[in-house]
Amino acid sequence: MAGGQENGRLARWFHRRGWSDIIIAAPYVWLILFFLIPFLIVLAMSFATRTPTAPPFSFGGENPIMNLRGYQRLFEDDIYFRAFLTSVSNAGFSTLLCLLIGYPMALCLTRVSTSWRNILLMLVILPFWTSFLLRVYAWMGLMGTNSWFNKLLTGAWNGIVPDDMALRSIQMMNTNFAVILVTVYTYLPFMILPLYANLEKLDRTLDEAAMDLGSRPFRVFVDVTLPQSIPGIIAGGLLVFIPAAGELVIPSLVGNSAQPMIGRVISDEFASARDWPMASSVAVALLILLVIPMMAYTYFSGKAEQRLEDRK
Amino acid sequence: MNRRPVFLITVLCFGFAFFYIPILSMIIYSFNASKLATVWGGFSTKWYGALMGNQQVISALMLSLKIAVISSTMATILGTMAGITLARFRRFRGRVLFSGLVTAPLVMPDVIIGISSLMMFILMAEWLGWPSQRGFTTITLAHITFSMVYVTVIVQSRLVAADQAIEEAAMDLGSRPWQVLRDITLPVISPAILSGWLLAFTISLDEVVITSFTTGPGNTTLPLLIWSKVKLGVSPEINALGSIIVVVVGIGVFTAGWIMHRAERRRNLDARLAYRTNG
Repeated sequence: MAGGQENGRLARWFHRRGWSDIIIAAPYVWLILFFLIPFLIVLAMSFATRTPTAPPFSFGGENPIMNLRGYQRLFEDDIYFRAFLTSVSNAGFSTLLCLLIGYPMALCLTRVSTSWRNILLMLVILPFWTSFLLRVYAWMGLMGTNSWFNKLLTGAWNGIVPDDMALRSIQMMNTNFAVILVTVYTYLPFMILPLYANLEKLDRTLDEAAMDLGSRPFRVFVDVTLPQSIPGIIAGGLLVFIPAAGELVIPSLVGNSAQPMIGRVISDEFASARDWPMASSVAVALLILLVIPMMAYTYFSGKAEQRLEDRK
Repeated sequence: MNRRPVFLITVLCFGFAFFYIPILSMIIYSFNASKLATVWGGFSTKWYGALMGNQQVISALMLSLKIAVISSTMATILGTMAGITLARFRRFRGRVLFSGLVTAPLVMPDVIIGISSLMMFILMAEWLGWPSQRGFTTITLAHITFSMVYVTVIVQSRLVAADQAIEEAAMDLGSRPWQVLRDITLPVISPAILSGWLLAFTISLDEVVITSFTTGPGNTTLPLLIWSKVKLGVSPEINALGSIIVVVVGIGVFTAGWIMHRAERRRNLDARLAYRTNG
């Protein structure tokens, strides 16, 4: 399999001994068996017909091979459309908030001394290693109507607004607000780390030059730093948006069950309704939804690189 | 710019407060004597005591650890192979599909990986008679699949960053290929392999969505157990369990990070010394 002049000598030796075939084939076969084939099953299933048999599908009905009923229902039944909308808006707001919080944090990390930086970076990464489920759970403790956090916020709110708008507690659990808050909490490191990697590489002498030429610090940021960090912003944005849109755990625990997100719809169609074809159709639609921003990313990052090249 | 960026530091402090206050709050409330999880009723360690005698928690933890050790080891072997493939074998048939297969699980939503694996396992049982029941084996297979790609990414980026010319030079100087592999390539990627294993291990230990789809009756991993309890709301037992997990993992990650940082520094020092003595 491997070979060719552009491979290194070590690689070519591997090839001669026939080892490269094993090194390539083992992970390749594994991924085909346990990732590609399941994915193709979903794809095929989305065109199947639901039957009351076990397993609950068949390729029969009016259109034996290509039953588009599932995709048709995506447009007819507004449950699916609303679920997509909820997912996109929750994920979108979360991404925006992650950017607004994460950008200054990442920028600050590039401005502190090296020894501080290592400790602070560690503190950014540490929550990412601890249990995801428990981080969601920790917020459930804070958001409940009797918690100290809720009382604190309620007190602050009642202090600001006139008496007739005073609240006994703020309803946070089981709202889209809760989903966004917890999503920001759990995905913030995914925004900070690529942004930091990007901002760290920037040439600080450009800032100095702009300052020397009389720019105010804020203008330096808008004109010099921000445009150069767009690849980092997009990378971080995708790392937050894509998993957030398909999230299942967060909306099930703290979300509004009357406004399910798309992950919940897939899981319910599959497990509760036992409608494999419909679950698969929704899954394929979700993938298409997620592929669009990724293709946009490839397009824009290509363009941004081109622009940087041109400037040089 | 020698001015202190006051605004940035303020945001950073708020950010870290945001990161750690919920976790600290959970740890503090795990010492709450009251059964009501959000009302403070005095200090107590009774929930920790109750946890120690909880057979359900212990067997779930054991199952999770068993799955995590096996799946992360397998994932490290396969992921390292895939990383070497992508970094060193630049041309082979099916490379495009291969790199697609390595990237896709990283962005594929858990729910979809979960239902697709479950459908495959059910269909396999129907058509091939295996796996006759879902549980340890099916969970492990699914965990290997999604965690190996993380190992791949880490090993690949390490190999790409490492200078291939050193391997070439060693071969030019008469080293045998296996010597190059043992003395140069493996030492270069061993930190990546180690962090890949750690990442695969923690991901497996923490995974809940894909596990919930690929598990069968009677096979409850620790995250599944927590998941089923957390759905019912906040409780002091889960506060205690969560605190233990967070503290153990926190200490583990901090120690690992510190050891790796020291090893890295020593390697850099060695490299500099070698450069100075030879140059």
